[in-house]
Amino acid sequence: MAKAVRRRATRAGKISAVQEAYNKFVFGKTIFMVAILLLITLLIGIIITLGPLDISVAEVYCALLDKFYPDYFDVEKLTGQVIWNIRFPRIIGGFMAGFGFGICGCVMQAVLKNPLASPFTLGISAGSQFGIALAAVLGVSVLGGPYLLIGNAFVFALLCAGFIIALSAIKGATSETLILAGIAVNYFFSAMSQLFRYFATDEQLRLMTTWGMGDLAAFSWNKFPLILTIFAICIPLLMMKAWDLNIMTVGDETAKSIGVNANTVRIFIMVVSSLVVATIVCFTGTIGFIGLVAPHMARMVIGGDHRFLIPASGILGAFVLIGADGVAMNIIAPTIIPTGIMTSILGVPFFMYLIMKGRRREFWS
Amino acid sequence: MMIKLQATDIVFSYDSSPILKNLSFEIAPAKLVSIVGPNGSGKSTLIKCIDRILTPESGSILIDRNDITKMKRMDVARNLAYVPQSSLRIFPNNVFDTVLMGRRPHLGWLSSEEDGEKVWEVLRLLGIEELGMNSFNELSGGQQQKVLIARALVQEAKVMLLDEPTSNLDIWHQLDVMSIIKNLVKKKVVTALMAIHDLNIASKYSDRIIMMKRGTIVAAGDPMSVLTAENIASVYGVEAAVRTQSEAPYVVPLKQIKMEKRRTHLVTK
Repeated sequence: MAKAVRRRATRAGKISAVQEAYNKFVFGKTIFMVAILLLITLLIGIIITLGPLDISVAEVYCALLDKFYPDYFDVEKLTGQVIWNIRFPRIIGGFMAGFGFGICGCVMQAVLKNPLASPFTLGISAGSQFGIALAAVLGVSVLGGPYLLIGNAFVFALLCAGFIIALSAIKGATSETLILAGIAVNYFFSAMSQLFRYFATDEQLRLMTTWGMGDLAAFSWNKFPLILTIFAICIPLLMMKAWDLNIMTVGDETAKSIGVNANTVRIFIMVVSSLVVATIVCFTGTIGFIGLVAPHMARMVIGGDHRFLIPASGILGAFVLIGADGVAMNIIAPTIIPTGIMTSILGVPFFMYLIMKGRRREFWS
Repeated sequence: MMIKLQATDIVFSYDSSPILKNLSFEIAPAKLVSIVGPNGSGKSTLIKCIDRILTPESGSILIDRNDITKMKRMDVARNLAYVPQSSLRIFPNNVFDTVLMGRRPHLGWLSSEEDGEKVWEVLRLLGIEELGMNSFNELSGGQQQKVLIARALVQEAKVMLLDEPTSNLDIWHQLDVMSIIKNLVKKKVVTALMAIHDLNIASKYSDRIIMMKRGTIVAAGDPMSVLTAENIASVYGVEAAVRTQSEAPYVVPLKQIKMEKRRTHLVTK
């Protein structure tokens, strides 16, 4: 009887309870992302006031608006400069780095069908470390001047990822070959870096170590155009593949049967995301935890649809990184703890909490 | 006779050990055709070759006289839908999103409301609308199988390929899933080609049966003519009594023929 009534209701154009629940679920995803974005804005406002120079939240926003409408606001020159040249670049850099790591981690986990995959599965961190070691110890570098280290990190990160992708493309580009080749190449380049470490002088060692910890200090306004260009090209390319990524998490055979060429998509995603990650890594060094964890956090909250999951992973990545960096800069001021260390120290307990408390424990089933 | 699907001289091998040897067959529209045969006879491989999940070395596969081997993958997906054996997911989606994936060959980046409505329609048709929000991994085997059939249905392909749709299901769900497939065929929604182990399920529901052994077709035709004691003896190496139940042959396996000889041979050696 109840069934008959419901049938009539559907035919009359009304929607069933499950359908309504689903629509609410979709709406909720959008709300979640907007909420996190608002939180980030708030967080930026607060974090930017912290530091050796006392600045109020109002002053921050005044300084920001002052750049666009110069005559309306009364901002102290020093304050303005600190905000504009030191604190903003760091926080915007943090946003972009977290966003990029989160997104790339998300798409890598999808195409590798592996919850342990991260932007560094393809040996990017080992490759860039090696590039740094090469520059620090032997003075061998691709670019000269201020880009000595950065240029090397970028080129060797890409070389490393490119080698792995090429290797697995010959063998058929399944997720297994990619992961295995990634691990092997990772070990190789780590060993090479260690070899350099072994022969390095104290000064060279310090250079290598600091870079390896992951830090946001290298960002400044003149570096953003490059990063933004890469982002503007690559991230839409990744987003465009959202449907195919949904389908690929099910398995290659099913993907092919629905019309998605799994191997081609996998290589495409690997190439594009490697470019994004290499671009960030050469400025920040390895901040490993974000790319692994942000996608999982996002998945726990909004589910597995990549049309929402990709941007949500990016936004959550940015949120975590900015938050952790805020703590890292101020907890034992004036000493600044490298961001990468603080991200893991703060992020791991939070992530453990989510694993234990979360409704969705299905990754481990 | 009209022909929906025609395969001619299909050859396929894994690392030079031949799996399919010059297979040819034809299937009429709106029929339910079962492929039976012992383990390793090439049933699943044949299904995967037809859907181009695997690429045959030679031979042609025509659907409505168009060669599948020369189509783009998206075009293949508009003509053929594939229902795999269900397995647990590493990153599970909910049922609605899982079924929505089947709309991929028909859409751009945005799914339209129409696509969503089609998914709900199919879920209603199969009686699993209530499960729309459940995670795929939480479902029972029978429910998972129905979700995978639903996904193939929203693909709106005229031919549906199924790989062991009743394996791992209890007898109630076996009948449930098979009658769903039979109904789709009867209403001329699809032509179904399925690989299946259970000879009696094949016999009860199929219009035609193709019997395979080591990559070749041994017999093909209606269930009565294929499921004979002689065929079962020569293909499976099993002595069986074939009876008739509701106008379809019913196979009762009695004992092994060849295997037993082989084992005694090994022992005496």
